[in-house]
Amino acid sequence: MSMTLSEKIIARAADKGRVQPGEIVTCRVDLAMMHDSSGPRRVKPMLEQLGAKVWDPGRVVIITDHYVNESDPESLAIEDVTRKWARAHHISQFHEAQGICHIVLPECGYLRPGMFVVGGDSHSTTAGAFGCFMVGIGATEMAGVLVSGEIWVRVPSTIQVRGLGRLPDGVAAKDIMLMLCRLIGISGANYKVVEYTGTTVESLSMDERMVLTNMSAELGAKTGIIAPDEITLAATRSALSAATPWRGDDGANYERVIDFNANELAPQVAAPHSPENSAPVDAHADVKVDQAYIGACTGAKLADLKMAARILHGRKIARDAPLFIAPASLRIAEQAKQDGTLAALEAAGAKILPTGCGACIGLGPGSLGEGKVGIASTARNFKGRMGAPTSRTYLASPYTVAASAVTGRITDPREFV
Amino acid sequence: MKIECNRAWVFGDSIDTDVLAPNAYMMKPVEELARHCLEAVDPEFASSVRLGDAFVAGENLGIGSSREQAPQALMLLGIRVLLAKSFARIFYRNALNLGLPALVCADVDRIRQGDALRVNPLAGTVENLTMRETLDCEPLPSHLMEMIADGGLLAHLKKKLRSGGNS
Repeated sequence: MSMTLSEKIIARAADKGRVQPGEIVTCRVDLAMMHDSSGPRRVKPMLEQLGAKVWDPGRVVIITDHYVNESDPESLAIEDVTRKWARAHHISQFHEAQGICHIVLPECGYLRPGMFVVGGDSHSTTAGAFGCFMVGIGATEMAGVLVSGEIWVRVPSTIQVRGLGRLPDGVAAKDIMLMLCRLIGISGANYKVVEYTGTTVESLSMDERMVLTNMSAELGAKTGIIAPDEITLAATRSALSAATPWRGDDGANYERVIDFNANELAPQVAAPHSPENSAPVDAHADVKVDQAYIGACTGAKLADLKMAARILHGRKIARDAPLFIAPASLRIAEQAKQDGTLAALEAAGAKILPTGCGACIGLGPGSLGEGKVGIASTARNFKGRMGAPTSRTYLASPYTVAASAVTGRITDPREFV
Repeated sequence: MKIECNRAWVFGDSIDTDVLAPNAYMMKPVEELARHCLEAVDPEFASSVRLGDAFVAGENLGIGSSREQAPQALMLLGIRVLLAKSFARIFYRNALNLGLPALVCADVDRIRQGDALRVNPLAGTVENLTMRETLDCEPLPSHLMEMIADGGLLAHLKKKLRSGGNS
């Protein structure tokens, strides 16, 4: 019987020959990732209550990114408890303030195709770009994993999204996802997996593929996934084993297949307060913005910074629309420094911020004050997420965010490339 | 197991985790965060809700983040049961793991703000005592009933660890 890629990974983790959608199975967890907000701060009292130890410290990774740039007593206490808990539980895979967890996890080489992974964050779906099945879970669920090494899952059905053709210049993976948020809706893939295939996906870099799986969370999906190919294997420095080819079988059952033509895709913008409020950029062309932000796990990888730099080369950002850029990891910031990307961004007037979740969770520079309108390369524009409850956030690709920072209005970046 | 609810609080579709557990208070203790629950949508909610109330919403309750403080804030404010047309998956698991019953009910539109309810998660019924009618809801899956009856995942694990069983 044929299985999809996700079904194969779940079957392997559940020690079963095969699984089918709807079935409830218990999976062994290959790796569990936590950050500072939902991690030790929350699970420490739970494990103490249980009087239990971590099942396998070698399968736990902690990456701090939420409160790393804050200096208030509560944030400092959260970082402190994280550090001490990691030490007490012999978690050597501990990365402090190195970048956003979903970016640092693959950067450090923790992900391999075929892994079953859990993460204490909803954007844990990002790891699907590396051929992993990774789901976001809450803190109590994480405590359960930490003491048992297991988790129950209902085997999800799979929606296949098939892209044909190449994205036009000035159009990015972010635009695919904003289009899909409108098409499927933010709960359209609830309890399901979205698997991305087709020539469009094959043509994308890892940085761009990660946007597809990352924003699968905005479709409500359990996770997003992309079958590994040569590009994935190069990124994970792993070889594809003939015994376990991590791809769906021919004839595997997909609940739904959605085709799109990449050649015809225009830049997309999602209006407040939901990613599904998206439309081609023209629909918002007159909206004035007070601030622009390039950051977060969704939109501040090296490829994202390069998109912005390409738009900003030889231009200046508008005086009344400051552009804040928070690279998604220290390694990305270093690479962008080496290759001149950061210099190009700064020459245009962009302010470079320390790495971390930052303004995407309403912290630090780039967050929005009362009544302010922002445009951001992030994933979510829920009410009040980026700052004051009266602020408004538009979501777009790094190209569109940079172009809008130049004019002070939401702008089609294709005019600038 | 029947849950008596004095009053229903009725909200619409896509109540997200950012309005349930606002970022500005996420670094605070959850008791303090709870006082700001839903303030962007209904500033009176947190100060008006009472122990034993029910939370009723439309489609996609709890869309967004994995933060467990979203259902936990509702629980700390006194909410005893969640009823919605549909739930975002992480929020759903978080609520049940905390021991807060979350039930899918297609007919929540028939419940008005302030109605008194009697909910039976096992039988899959919602009695609207104010309107004198009974609505169907999906009974909780059997594999979750034991955990809910124990009071959530931690209590369930504790029981299992004590009895020497494997979780």
